Parts: sequence; structure tokens; C-alpha cells
Amino acid sequence: MDFWRTQDQEALQDGIRSFCQGRFPIESLQPIEATGGRLDRAAWRDLAGVGVFSLRHDGFGITDSVLVFEELGRALIPGPLTATYLAATHLHTSLAGADSGERIVGLAHVGEPVTMAEHLLDLDSLLILQGDSISVVDPNSVPTQVVERPLDPLTPVHVMLSATGGEIVATGDIVRQWCREGAVLTAAMQVGASFAAIDLAVEYAKGREQFGRPIGAFQAVKHMAADMLVKAEVARAATYAAAVNLDGNGDDNLDRAVSVAKMLAGDAALFCGKIGIQIHGGMGFTWEVNAQRYWKRAVVLDTHYGNSEMHADALAASM
Amino acid sequence: MDLRYTEQEQAFRAELRAWLADALPSVAPEPHRDDWKNRRVWDTGWQRMLFDAGYAGINWPKEYGGRGATPTEHLIFLEETERMRAPYVGMNFVGLLHAGPTLVAEASTQQKEHHLPSILKGDHVWCQGFSEPNAGSDLASLQCRAIRDGDDYVITGQKIWTSFAHIADYCEMLVRTDTDVPKHRGITWLILPMDAKGMDIRPLRTMEGSTEFCEVFFDEVRVPVANRVGDENDGWRVAMVTLSFERGTAFVSEMLQSMELVRDLADLAKKVTRNGSAAWDDTGLRRDIAHLSGELDALWSLTKRNISEAQRTGFVGVGGNVFKLAYSELRQRLGELSLRLLDRASLSIDDVHELPTGKHVHGRIHALSIGIAAGTSQVQRNIVAERTLGLPKDR
Repeated sequence: MDFWRTQDQEALQDGIRSFCQGRFPIESLQPIEATGGRLDRAAWRDLAGVGVFSLRHDGFGITDSVLVFEELGRALIPGPLTATYLAATHLHTSLAGADSGERIVGLAHVGEPVTMAEHLLDLDSLLILQGDSISVVDPNSVPTQVVERPLDPLTPVHVMLSATGGEIVATGDIVRQWCREGAVLTAAMQVGASFAAIDLAVEYAKGREQFGRPIGAFQAVKHMAADMLVKAEVARAATYAAAVNLDGNGDDNLDRAVSVAKMLAGDAALFCGKIGIQIHGGMGFTWEVNAQRYWKRAVVLDTHYGNSEMHADALAASM
Repeated sequence: MDLRYTEQEQAFRAELRAWLADALPSVAPEPHRDDWKNRRVWDTGWQRMLFDAGYAGINWPKEYGGRGATPTEHLIFLEETERMRAPYVGMNFVGLLHAGPTLVAEASTQQKEHHLPSILKGDHVWCQGFSEPNAGSDLASLQCRAIRDGDDYVITGQKIWTSFAHIADYCEMLVRTDTDVPKHRGITWLILPMDAKGMDIRPLRTMEGSTEFCEVFFDEVRVPVANRVGDENDGWRVAMVTLSFERGTAFVSEMLQSMELVRDLADLAKKVTRNGSAAWDDTGLRRDIAHLSGELDALWSLTKRNISEAQRTGFVGVGGNVFKLAYSELRQRLGELSLRLLDRASLSIDDVHELPTGKHVHGRIHALSIGIAAGTSQVQRNIVAERTLGLPKDR
């Protein structure tokens, strides 16, 4: 047993992190918001260029992919990253071009109380997940209603007025595997966003002075920061474990491992987002400071592939 | 990253399993928890069986009689002994996990030869004299005084939370030998024979009703200078050396017990009723139980991460503190959930009405101690915030 990154995995993750810092610095997010969260096709192709969507065809596993997606989540990179990755991995014949960044693929779960599609205006293909089948529709032809003020300005959304029709492209085992991988990759992004929120809050707490000392010297602030780290580290362990099992390198129950990861990563991202804002005090509630962006993304990601509560219920059903 | 065990690790597990299956039937039933005399016989008897089979001091270096097992083998050992319900380390705890490793790292050859084999064989039981009424979280402020008089130190003062003091043979002890220097620099580490004259040992009853803790009062107790480990006034460093032996295994048995407790709680929820139907049909309760069970799975994964880090680097990083903090908090919620399920059945510490409720009530009380023992959660959070996150100290 060796549940620690190999040298290759460390190099892969560090490489993606440097790429994200250079190509998607956190300061680049506000201009994207000003465009209504529209995706930049050149940036998308650059993601494809470093291999984000073609990892599996290039011989990498799900664990490697999780390390990459942790960095995408840390950088709050907008766009349908998991859907395009999964399309490139599982539907490369019917949806050619997803791996090279030429085709942007989104996915909408048929859900309650509404079905929502993200980044609809920039999609080349929209997948609709209902039960254990996935169908593909033309994003321009589905009846939708735009949401004027999305919660996360980097994640524009449309309400889908009808989610029927389209050509079925995957069913059964493929869809089940798709959902497992989608949940774990989302969990990885939640873990990355959690750690980024921690870094930002800690930097602020070191520099911000009140009562004649950095606020980070107060135990009340320290303990909040420590609690963030605890949630994030536990979620990271669960997420890596689920990925390693999905790669066939463990003997845990797959669905259980996936649910534990998505449940705890969702909890961690929401908690770190929330506490990150609290540590920033009044500044945390401003548009300018990035603390709020981690929380908003955490809300979005929690709704992907089942929220924390749904996964707790799935665990209960297995007990 | 790979969660599969190597062939060597699997062979270790198989061999251990076979030995346990063979050895455990000959172990007598566990004595009552307050029957200290027989507990000692039982705990040390098991230690002797481990010694004879080559499993004593599983993580101790081979040259000092240990098995020299890897952190992963240590994890397997704890997992298998817990799953097969073998006796826990019990009162061999301090000797095997703290005093012994300290002696391995810091003691003279003569001290090692005298003490290490007797710890491994279960011949001698050790206790720990570190905490004092006014030195808990701030351990370095300890005041129990030792004054040099010829070839002896003469000790006067008080220690507290000294588990098994009334049955131990030796005590690893921290004493104040210099009062004129900063607090960390005037401390000395001594081996105290528990039959020394001038000691008054008083059992301290815990809220669980047990009496394993003691207060120990010292009135001019003489300890030979030859019993000092390390230099005079260097005891703080000597005591801290043991921390580097921590391999992320400290709470493994505890946690495996909690995993079983959650499974039992789910079974119990299916059996007992509320509002006329099974308690398990209550969505809120069921979801909370499932959440706890998922969190425990995650802590098991975290343990494997910590073990793997130790295997690679020799140390556990922040993962050790993270584990302790997360586990302490989780264990409290598990306890609270138990009482919520049991409602008025929780008013008895023993099983009631033919339901296995006792372990849940007992577990709930026990949970109150975990965030206090071995460093309170508040001190742990300070450590994480300052050492890992780099937040400034406030002193």
C-alpha cells in the first residue's frame, strides 16, 4: 500500500498548477464576469493543449485526473470541465473534438425542482442525463429561459423548459461509470477550491491588523482556519481513495467510496467558502474580494452529480 | 497512489491472522474493569504471548527486541487484532508506546538493557508522571521539584492523570530541576521506581466511574541520579523525541471500534421504534447515521494516507493533527446521535429491556474525553494554525 502521490503524479499536479497560475490567474476572473461568464475558446483550447480533456486516452488514470481537476478547482476555472472530459473519455466516437478542445460539451441533469443547463450559449453539444441514460441535443434547439442573474457570475445558467428528445448516446453501465467519475472529479474541484479559500483567508489573517495585531494571532480566527483545513484534508483523503478504487487499485465498494468523497468534498467546499468570507470580515462580503467566489462555486459544484445530502441518503440505503 | 497491499504485507496479515486464531481461544475472559490486580495479569499475560510469538514492540527497532515492522504492517497489526477482538494494549500502553520508545532514543546502554526487555515481555508496567494540577495544556510550566542531593534527586510535588500508577512498576517522570531559566529549559526526565518511599497514590474517579487515573503526591522521594535519561535540564527535548515515533496509528483501534459502533447503531435503529415505526424510517436520523459512517470511511482513508507518509518520510505531517481533530468532533456527534436514538433507554449505563444499549451509552460518555486527552482540540487547532498554516503566535 502506498496512498501518497508518486513522483510522476506530483510532477503532473505541479505542472497543471503552474499552467493554471499562468493562464488562469485569479485576477482574470472579474473580466470574465463582465462578459456574463462567456467562455474564451482560445483558453479552452489551451486547456485541451495541456491535455486536460484527453488524460485517459493519453494513458493517465482517474487518480491522475483527480489531481489535475483539483488544480482546475483551485483556480476556479469556469466551464463544463467534467462534461467535456467525460465526453472525450467515454463518447469520443459520437462527440469527436471534445478532447482537442474544438467541441465544448455540457451536461444537464434532469432534476427537481428545475432542470438547469450551464454555459448553454457556449456549448457545441448538450448532454441530458436522465435516470440511466444520456442523450445529446443541439443546445440551440432546446426550449430554455435565460437566468438573468446567476448566483455564480462565472456559471451562467438557463432553465430548461423541456428536456426530452435527442439521441441516446449512453445507457446502463457506461452512465453509471460516468456518474461515478463525474462525482469524483467534481469532488476534486471542490477540494481544490477549499484549499484555495484557505490560502486566501490565511493570507488575509496574517496581514490584516486589528487591536494592534494581525487578526490571525487571535485564537478565534486560528481555530476557524484550522477547522477549514481539517474539513479539506479529510475530503481530500476521501476523494483520492474513491479515485484509486475507481482505477481498480483498491477493494472498497465503489459506489460507497464515491458517495463519501462527493458528500465530504461538498461539505468542505461550502464550509471553507463560508468561513473564508467570515475571516475576511466586511471585505469578505464585497464583490471585489475573491472569498465570495469560492463560496459561490461551492454552491454550484454541490449540485453536480448529487448534493451532499443525496449522497448521505445513498450511503444510508447501502447500510 | 495504490491502496492494495503488497504480497509481503498480505503475507504478514495472513500469518498474523493464523496466529491470532490459534492464540485467542486460550485467552481468559476480560476481568472487570476495576479489578486492577487481575487486569494487570490479563494485560501483561497477553503482552507475553505477543512477545513469544514475535509481535511485541511491533514498531520498535529489531536491535532492541522489537519487530521493526513498517508503518503499514503496524496498521495491519492494529486492524487484525481489533477485528479479531484481541486484548488491547491496556496498561502496557505507556511502556510500549511512550516510555519505551523514549528509552530507545535517549537512554544509556545500561538503562536500555535493564528496561526494554522487561517492557516487551510484559514483566514491568509503566506509568507517566507528566501532567500536574497547574500544568495541563501548558505542560512545560510543571513545578514538581527535584533537588540534587549527592547521588540522588529528591522529589517533592504532585502529578495527576497518572494512569495505572497504583499498579505500575516504573514511572517516566518530568521534574523541575532549575527554576531560574525559561520553563522549557529547567526540566529533567527521570525513571522513577514506583516502590520508592514517600509517595502517596490516590485513585481519581472519572465520570465513567472507573479509577485508572491517579493523583500522585511526592514528599522527598529519592531517585538515584543514575535513573536520569538525557542530561539534567534537557528533559523537555527527551520527552518530545517520542513524538517523532508517532506513525499515525495512535487512534486506529479506537476508530475501528467507532466504525463497528455506527454499524451497531444502524442495526439498533432498525430494531427500536419511534412514533410506531422503526427509528431507521426517520429520514433525519438515518441520514445522520449514514453521514457519520461516511466520515469514518474518510478517516480510515486519511489514516492510510498518514501511514503512507510515515512510510516514505518517517514522519506524519499535519495529517496526524487533522485526524485527531476530526475524530474527536465526529465521536461526540456519534455519541449524541446514540442518545437521541435511545431516548429514555439512555438513562441506563447497562443494557436495558434486552436491547444492546449499554455500549452506546458508555461510548457516549467515553466520547467526551477524546477531545481532551493527548492534547485538547483547542491546543491541536493552535498547532495546526501556527505550524501548518503559518498564522502568528499570540504570546
